[in-house]
Parts: sequence; C-alpha cells; structure tokens
Amino acid sequence: MAQTKPAADNARGWLLAGPMSVILLAFLVLPILMIGTVSFWGATEFSIYPAFEFDNYEFLFGSPVTYAVFVKTFMYAIVTWALTLAIGFTVAFFLAFHILTLTWQIALFLVCTIPFWTSNIIRMISWIPFPGRNGIANSTLLELGLIDTPLEWLLFSDFAVILAFVHLYTLFMVVPIFNTMMRIDKVLIEAARDAGATGVQILTDVIIPLSTPGIMIGSIFVITLVMGDFITVRILSGSQSANVGRLISNDVALLQYPSAAATAVVLLVTVLLTIGIMLRFVDIRKEL
Amino acid sequence: MIGPNLSEWSSRGRALTIYLMLIAVIAGCFAFFGLGRDEDPIFTIKTMLVTAVWPGATMDETLDQITNRLERRLQETTGLDALRSITRPGVVTIYVDLDGAFPPEDVPAVWQEVRNGIGDIRQGLEFMPEPTGWMTLIPTIYNADTLGIRPDLIERPIETWAELLNPEFKGKASILDISSIGIMDMAMVCEAMGEVAYGDKGNMTTDEIDRTIAIFTEAKRAGQFRAFWKSFDESVNLMASGEVVIQSMWSPAITAVKSRGIPCVYQPLKEGYRSWGGGLGLSKSLTGLELDAAYEYIDWYLSGWVGGFLMRQGYYSAVPDTSKTFMSENEWGYWYEGKPATAEIVSPTGDVLGQAGDVRDGGSYMERMGKVACWNSVMDENQYMVRKWNEFIAA
Repeated sequence: MAQTKPAADNARGWLLAGPMSVILLAFLVLPILMIGTVSFWGATEFSIYPAFEFDNYEFLFGSPVTYAVFVKTFMYAIVTWALTLAIGFTVAFFLAFHILTLTWQIALFLVCTIPFWTSNIIRMISWIPFPGRNGIANSTLLELGLIDTPLEWLLFSDFAVILAFVHLYTLFMVVPIFNTMMRIDKVLIEAARDAGATGVQILTDVIIPLSTPGIMIGSIFVITLVMGDFITVRILSGSQSANVGRLISNDVALLQYPSAAATAVVLLVTVLLTIGIMLRFVDIRKEL
Repeated sequence: MIGPNLSEWSSRGRALTIYLMLIAVIAGCFAFFGLGRDEDPIFTIKTMLVTAVWPGATMDETLDQITNRLERRLQETTGLDALRSITRPGVVTIYVDLDGAFPPEDVPAVWQEVRNGIGDIRQGLEFMPEPTGWMTLIPTIYNADTLGIRPDLIERPIETWAELLNPEFKGKASILDISSIGIMDMAMVCEAMGEVAYGDKGNMTTDEIDRTIAIFTEAKRAGQFRAFWKSFDESVNLMASGEVVIQSMWSPAITAVKSRGIPCVYQPLKEGYRSWGGGLGLSKSLTGLELDAAYEYIDWYLSGWVGGFLMRQGYYSAVPDTSKTFMSENEWGYWYEGKPATAEIVSPTGDVLGQAGDVRDGGSYMERMGKVACWNSVMDENQYMVRKWNEFIAA
C-alpha cells in the first residue's frame, strides 16, 4: 500500500518545496528584480519614469561621497563585528563552559535575551539621555572629578553609534556561538587537558575551531544588520554621519526612487560579496 | 386813461404782434442753445450693477459659487443700503444700492472699493478650461519659521541668522536634516553673513547651492554642529536637554520645550522669516461618496476646530475667522494679534506656555507674516540639491 513510485516521490518533493519557492519568488526575488529595474529609471522632482539609463550608477560611482560613505559603512561593520565577537564569544564561553547545570545555563541565557523583549528602536533611543552633555554619564564623571568639562564625543558621534550597535547586536553573536559550543563534546576538552594542553591551548586549538560555524553565522548576522542599518546611525550620530542606508533613506524621502534603488543594488552586491568572502574561509554547511 | 392801452394796441396791430412773438421765440431758441452750461452735470446714481456669467452652470452652482460669494463680499461695502440680486442659471445680476443719505462726493471711492473687491475674488471664480499641470491644494495652515534659541544659555540678544554659524556656539548649534527646508535655512544664514547673494532663495542655481553647502560643510568640519535633527521630537529634545542652544525650529517645538518649563524663544531676526504653507489636495481617483467625504473632510478641517488647535501652537490657519470661534479672546489676542496675554496661555494639550502679560515672539500676524524673506519650495535643481545635501551629511 505505502509503496511509492519514484514519480510520486518526485511530485511530493515538488509539492513540499513549492510553498517556500513561491514565497521566496514573490517576496524576495521579484522585489529585488524590481529594485534592479527601477535603478535604471529616471526621476524628476516629483515623479519617476521608465527608462534605461546609467545616470544613477554613473553618479554613484563618480561621486566621492559614495566611497566615503561605503568606507564609513565598512568601518561601522568591522568595529561592531570585532566588539560583538569579543563580547559574544566571552559570554557564550562563560555560559557553555563555566555554568555547570543546564537549568542555570538556560536561565542565564534567557537573562541575555531580556533586552530583546522591547523594540529595537526603543533600546536605541533609550541610549540618548545617558551619554548626553548633561546626561548621567557626564554628570557622574564630573561628580567623581574625573573630568572638568562634559565629554562631547559621548553622544552624537561614531562612538555613540557603535555603542548602540554593539548593544543591539551582541545577542546575535551570543546565540549561534553558544549553540555550537553546547555541541562541543566535553570529552574533547578532557582529552586535551589529559594530553597536557594549557587553558589557552584548549581555547585556541579545540574550542575556537569547533565553534567557527557559530562565529561565522553570528558574524553574518551582525555585518548584514550593521551594513543595512540607517536609523541607528541617524539617531545616535545626530544625523552627522552617513552610511549607505542613510543615502538611500534621504533619496527615498525626496522621491528619488531610482537613485535609491541604484544605491540599494550596489549595497546588496557589496554585502553579498562580503558574505561570499567570509564563506570562503568556513564551509558552514559542512561544519553544521 | 393813462398811457397807451397795450391790449387794444396788440389786437389792432395783430400781424405785427404775431411777428414780434415769432421773433421772440426764435431769438429765445438761439439764446437757449447759446447758454453756457456744464458739459456733464453732476448727478449721482447711488446704485451699481455687478454681473457675472458662468455658462453652463446650474442654478445651485451659480447660487453657491457666485451669488453667495459675491454678496458676502459686497456686504462689506461702505454705506451699503441693500443688495438686490437676480440669479438665473449661469447668470447673476446684483444691484448694489447705497444709502440715500450717503454723501455723493464719497460715492466714486466706494465704487472703486467694490471694483477692487470683485477683482480680488475674480481669480477664484475663473476656472481654467483645461488642466493647468499644477497641483492645486486648498490652503490649510502656514507659518513663518525662524531660529529657536535658549535665552537662559545664550544670555545676549540674537538678531541675525548669521549667529547660527557664530563660533561662539561651536558644538551647540543644529540645523534640520530635511534637505528642502534645511537648504533654505542655510541660505538665510549665508545671505545674512554676506557670503552668498541669491537671485531667488526659493529656486537656487547649482552655483548658489554649491557655495551654500560649502560654507556649511566647513562649519560642520569645524565642529559647529552638535547634531542635526529630522523629526519634531528630536528638535525638542536637543533644545530641552541643552545639547543645543540655537537651531532651526518649528513653532510647536518651541511650545513643546516651553511646556516643560524650559525657556525657549522663537527669535525674530532682522533678515526676516523662512515661510511655508500646507494644504489639502484631492486625488483625481476620488469619485462619488468618497469624493463627497473628502470635501466634507476639507470643510470640517477649515471649519475652525483644527485651525484653533493649530493656532494655539503658533501656526496660522488659512481661515482665521472660523478658527477664532474656537479660541478665547485672550488666545486670539496673544497668538494672532500680538497683544499681551490677559491670562495664562495654555497649549492645546493643556500645558502652561506663558503667563499674563507675555507677548508672542515676533508679535502679531501682520508683523510676522509681513517679514517673510523666502518661501519653501521644490527647486528646479532639486535632485542636484539632494545630492549635495548627502555630501554635506557625509562630510
């Protein structure tokens, strides 16, 4: 009865893959194609018209602003990545190897997620009163006598932007790293210890190599999120810094959709290239 | 009998008498036409006739759109006794009768007044035969914008837009990061500094844009700005927290800062204001019930409540008369007429903004709107300007 023929098997496979394909096609592939198409269109002050012209790209690649902004975007991404990696790895390491009972591990892991119960925007904006000129940080430092005048660079600066990024995205690093670390067989560590490895050696030769997939997944999360962001940069730099997302948002705000689409396409290609390069180092599929 | 008998003589010399009479008549006629007289004798008719024609209009349309509007205007005529109007579909005739006792020598001035009044509404009555290519809005609100300052942190008078780039406020200034508006604030500053002379700040040339942005980029690099703001709340927070002491601002943002009990002045400046206006437009896809509802919404919007609410934030309603009915005499005097408040001034949300005796920054409507230096607009070089603005932000 339950004997299925290859043809039926095949059909079932198509059926199972169907819904996902349709969703991806309708909500991912088509919109991206649309953006690609519009990026060649022209625009007036208040309308866009179909055309096939390279003006948008010509301007984009011809303008020093584009390069400056891309450099800034990469700067944000790399610094945020390094910091979230350092913090995320440490937290995951602590949870995975220093907390001994599973109950506590889960409990502490949930504690890490508490900030995520509120919206991204709220967590970001709630930073503003803290490092301001008359904010808590400056008034505390002044009272302690550590500084004489308020530190201006605490807010509305690249420092503030990266601070918020690290706060917002560290969890995206903690979760995958913690996940891979939990799957490292403790026997391996005992074996390394028995073979005379020091703590540092165990870390660099056993734990880090085995948690690379987690690190890589976390890195992809953080880098794509930071490169695609615009609101954090806008609010915490006090609009004084620009990344690629802000270029796009400025264009959209003034109905310059084709120009925004062209920038979006370039950003998409850049992010894909970055991720492509990262994946050259680690074959996530094999490691998982 | 004394002297000759004239009757007897005339009946006797009958032919001579008739002859003399004819001579007298003829001479009289000549004399009459030869009399000196005024070429156009002064004779004042105290009635004026106004006619308007709208071919193809129905009775209701003619009444609503022409008769009522004309009559409303004509009722303001000086020395008016009565208006008599005859409306037929598409044609209106209105007799404007002045009071019988009205001094004749003042009548021509009144007719001129009527002509001007009609001329004013004429533009509103004429319809274009084909689409104009312009987007048409019914005006709702407008205002004159200027810089907001924290008088408690500046402690000296601020009189010119140029102060925004004064190194004294290094790290404590801000400008709004909405390119189309920000560029005009920039232009006000550059012009006040004497750095750039503009042909038309509302429609700058690429060269003017370049020079304006260059000045501000230099200031930005030198650390003049604490932050830029894009949303209303950001401007309020920057000002209220003291991060910024001088910046581009909108009127309700000032009231929002004041309502927290923090002093904030919408500083009138000698170069004048940057002004803007807003309105409601209808989509051409509206039909039937939806279209009626849209018109009803506009009617409601202009019927006073909204205007009163907005005017108590410092905006001006396009129909101040209806808004007035939703404002107290004190509020109207304070916000519109520039009079000292006779009692506490309260924001629409109930926060206290001012005490009795306070006067609105910049004074009355006439004083403020009379000093507008430029109006916000979309420039011909909009795209170029946006790109330069991106450069400025990325600099």
